[in-house]
Amino acid sequence: MLAIQTPLFEAQDIRLGPIDHEKDPEVESKWTHDCEFMRLMELKLIRPQVPAMVKKGYEALEKEIEEAKNLFYFTIRAREDDRLLGKAVLEWIDWSNGNGYLRLGIGSGTDRGKGLGAQALGLLLRFAFAELNLFRVTIVIPEYCQAAIALVNKFGFLEEVRRRKAILRDDRVWDLIIFGLLRTEWVDESALRLRSSSPLNFAQGE
Amino acid sequence: MEDLFKGKLVRLAGIDPEEVSKSFAQWNRDSEYMRLLDSDPPRLQSTKAIKEWLEKELEKATDMYWFAIRALEDDRLLGDVTLSVINWGSREAFAGIGIGAREFWGQGYGTDAMQVILRYGFIELNLRRISLNVFEFNQRALHSYEKAGFRLEGRQRQFIQREGRRWDILFMGILREEWMDNYGYNISDG
Repeated sequence: MLAIQTPLFEAQDIRLGPIDHEKDPEVESKWTHDCEFMRLMELKLIRPQVPAMVKKGYEALEKEIEEAKNLFYFTIRAREDDRLLGKAVLEWIDWSNGNGYLRLGIGSGTDRGKGLGAQALGLLLRFAFAELNLFRVTIVIPEYCQAAIALVNKFGFLEEVRRRKAILRDDRVWDLIIFGLLRTEWVDESALRLRSSSPLNFAQGE
Repeated sequence: MEDLFKGKLVRLAGIDPEEVSKSFAQWNRDSEYMRLLDSDPPRLQSTKAIKEWLEKELEKATDMYWFAIRALEDDRLLGDVTLSVINWGSREAFAGIGIGAREFWGQGYGTDAMQVILRYGFIELNLRRISLNVFEFNQRALHSYEKAGFRLEGRQRQFIQREGRRWDILFMGILREEWMDNYGYNISDG
């Protein structure tokens, strides 16, 4: 298999897919009523949304993607039955400097803690570096999102900035941490797999 | 009550799109200024395009507090300064400043304008913290922000590419309590 044939959207248990305007609003509306998910996913003030509002949000999002051309939005879906699990976004892409911001979330509490977010992050980083040719990827995480911090550390992200006490929630303050990963620091797991499983060894010739 | 819009060298004033667009169109032709201001490649926009953009931005930007910087001495327009509130729940804003008139660089006008807008942010908007970022190659601004009381909070490595090399972008922040200590205020945040 050639590197160009590496599937960009497929991982072991999940795949990245498009928005389904018919089915997804129902599911995502439920997530917006879960304040734990919303506080993990959003820095802005949270509010629950009915399915019609979620649907309008998708339409606004697709308009923005069309006009601004600096945003890639994926749904995270189960390979098994294409069920909506979460969302994954590369946004605020700065093409001339090769920067992008990454954000992802697994919507339902019962789907979290199973490594699905890690699979999605692996795909999204590969997309950022091997497809978009970005030079660096940034992730911003509130100090209280311990699972997310552990995950990005595992992928080699470095803590670069601490916006001290930037978040006031539940009558206490938290830092907002900015993590960065450079293309030169990124480990392309699928390339490692490709190399070790390849029957051909070009270095030794025929 | 003290005049919140007045500093030692400058005052903050409203933005008149007619006047400001003319100055922006001139200042934008100074590529060094543009490279210090933004990581986007500069565009040389017409006065008309800038005026229309300003009018649109001023109308929709309800969480952005945007001022013209004018010299106290002769009321000359020197630049502009903004506070963009990014979260009313946490009461944090990002500051941005530009002194377009080059002959006023390095003489304390920018620092004075920043001090005025910090006071406005903490006293009028009741902010908890104010952030900004600055490119590694803009040492003049870095020193000015330090003088105004901002502390370095980290750097996004190799964030910007110019002239064949990459540069960091530095993040700075000032907390309400630090600002009160620095400037001798004691105002509860409610």
